[in-house]
Amino acid sequence: MTTEALKMPAVAQRQGRSELMQQRVRAARWFLLPMMIALAVVAGWPLARSIYFSFTDVKLNNLYGAEWVGFANYLQIRTLESGRTIYRGVLADPDWWNAVWNTVRFAFWSVLWETILGMIVALVLNAEFRGRGIVRAAILIPWAIPTIVSARMWSWMLNDQFGILNDLGMRLGLLAAPVAWTASPDTAMTAVLVVDIWKTTPFMALLILAGLQMIPKDIYEAANIDGVHPIKQFFRITLPLVRPALMVAIIFRVLDALRIFDLIYVLTPNSAATKTMSVLAQENLFQFDNFAEGSTQSTLLFLLIALFTIIYIWLGKVNFDGGAR
Amino acid sequence: MKINKLLAGLLTSVTLVAGAAQAAELSIVSGDTGTGLAFLQSELDIFTEQTGHTVTIVPMPSSTSDQFGQYRLWLAAGNADIDVYTTDVIWAPQLADQFLDLSEAAADVIDEHYPSIIESQTVEGKLVAIPGYTDAPALFYRKDLLEKHGKEVPKTWSELHATAQEIMDAERAEGATDLWGFVFQGNAYEGLTCNALEWVNSYGGGQIIEADGTISINNPQAVAALEEAASWIGTISPEGNLAYMEEESRGVWQLGNAVFMRNWPYAYALSNSDDSAVKGKFDVAPLPAGEGEGAKPSGTLGGWNYAVSKYSPEPDAATELALFLGSAESQKRRAIQQNNLPSIQALYQDAEVLEAAPFMAAWEEIFQSAVPRPSAPAQANYNEASSLFWSAVHNTLSGNGSAAENLELLEVDLEDLLN
Repeated sequence: MTTEALKMPAVAQRQGRSELMQQRVRAARWFLLPMMIALAVVAGWPLARSIYFSFTDVKLNNLYGAEWVGFANYLQIRTLESGRTIYRGVLADPDWWNAVWNTVRFAFWSVLWETILGMIVALVLNAEFRGRGIVRAAILIPWAIPTIVSARMWSWMLNDQFGILNDLGMRLGLLAAPVAWTASPDTAMTAVLVVDIWKTTPFMALLILAGLQMIPKDIYEAANIDGVHPIKQFFRITLPLVRPALMVAIIFRVLDALRIFDLIYVLTPNSAATKTMSVLAQENLFQFDNFAEGSTQSTLLFLLIALFTIIYIWLGKVNFDGGAR
Repeated sequence: MKINKLLAGLLTSVTLVAGAAQAAELSIVSGDTGTGLAFLQSELDIFTEQTGHTVTIVPMPSSTSDQFGQYRLWLAAGNADIDVYTTDVIWAPQLADQFLDLSEAAADVIDEHYPSIIESQTVEGKLVAIPGYTDAPALFYRKDLLEKHGKEVPKTWSELHATAQEIMDAERAEGATDLWGFVFQGNAYEGLTCNALEWVNSYGGGQIIEADGTISINNPQAVAALEEAASWIGTISPEGNLAYMEEESRGVWQLGNAVFMRNWPYAYALSNSDDSAVKGKFDVAPLPAGEGEGAKPSGTLGGWNYAVSKYSPEPDAATELALFLGSAESQKRRAIQQNNLPSIQALYQDAEVLEAAPFMAAWEEIFQSAVPRPSAPAQANYNEASSLFWSAVHNTLSGNGSAAENLELLEVDLEDLLN
């Protein structure tokens, strides 16, 4: 086979390779098919239906009698008899923009802190020390607890009367009076952020740790021989080399943070200070009689996340194969 | 689930061939709080003994808004797994299409119930649900503390504020640093709508949306009511009260850390349980009145009902269950063990009920004058209207805008929603 190929003229050789490629592509398609069908059924169809609903006047009690209304759910400009122009629809709704702002704020701060803390944890875990295996397993516990359970747990810990955090703060003299963490609009977002950072830092640390372990040890040895300061080593060697893994970890977390629902729904369900796009959409879809408006908000949420991902991949040149492009 | 049920049904009919073949397997959802679920289970055991039908309880979160969202989703999807729903008094107009008409099945017993409660569950001539119990809130007060400081049970909200403040300050000076004056339901949810409707109504400020659909909330009396309530936060009520639902306020109260509490009667039996710090030290009274023109004591009408899903594969057995849970004997046990207020008139004269819950004698009058939430005029928009209302109130309580500003905005929002 090899000797024959070597004898072949260049053109034929290319042809042969592409035939083989074509065969492999055909086979690959068959292997991909079940997954594509599954994706189409569980993700594609609901998504398409949600988008369709956002262009109708659908009600939850009457899903099949919906009528097409175009972009009215998104934005409608009406001129009243008095000549005044008013704007209606989700894009003109201050609640929606408040939710967008909350979501972006939440995503920014949570991912920033998770990245910094995750990096620190990963660097510690990357060092050789006794009992490293146990510490690695232990640090994953917050990530392993279902969000609903940890959110409930934290909501009791944050409680102003029987919460352990206030009790500790008072005993240590850090707090003058118990703070109602989840109730007060000033602290609600902080409380949610703390719980989310607590929960997801292990995930970040794990992904970064995987990246750190790919860095060859001899680079550090060479740097040590040259007498490079450890802090300089971190910024000149570790950070550039771990960057591809870090970028992938960040995008996972940002996508997750942009659709945050469960944590906020349990901790501060109706606080305007923390209401995110998903919480608002759920409220309109199922609590209120606004299924079409809720669908519109879901669609906008989807578009925002898609847009963000595209910009991020384009700007950050993220390569999902794990290496820098 | 459906197939499982079918299989189980087939198996039962195969093994028990005759007699038990018509025994149905039912499911009931309930978001009851406290010991309510255990009580429901004991009732279902009696039902199973009487009829042979077995019933599974599907527990739900205690927040009525959470329950509603889930039920609505299930009903819209035509879910056949749940046969009987425990429904809040305000849901009837919103979910009427999805439940069976019980007026024929309940024809014999309908007259036993209070007409106003039956009316609240009747939508366009259709009896949507059978009343299980009714609810009207009470002012729980620590009679030991009131006696110690020589105070009367407050008749108005400002008296309550003054009394609570005085007792709280005196007790704190003596070392009870965790003591608060008054706890209520201040989280931004349906419970706050109930609480705030009482304040507004007790000041003669109407009922948010009147029965004829007029939006009445933006008036000076309502503003006065909310200003009074906002003055409690941080003085006699903890700031955390803005996140309390029923169970959180009961938690503070039952640890002996509150002089007054606004809660539903279910808390009466629980506060008298053996592990309660306030056992035997408290009593209940009607909620205080407001001040100014039209001021009167007021309470929001609550209550839970049993509705049969129109998608139930066993509608007859499910109807039987709903009727059983709303029957006089079941309501009597409920009144004695759970201290829930019966919707059946005769039970308020029943000696055993009055022995177990002496306060009920006074309650008949209170809930008959209780103010209904505007679920009938708001129809399908009730939840959104209620959410607008509780948000405006919550903003006012947390100092985010004045009462007058928030109610003015609320009026505009409600007009947009309903017109």
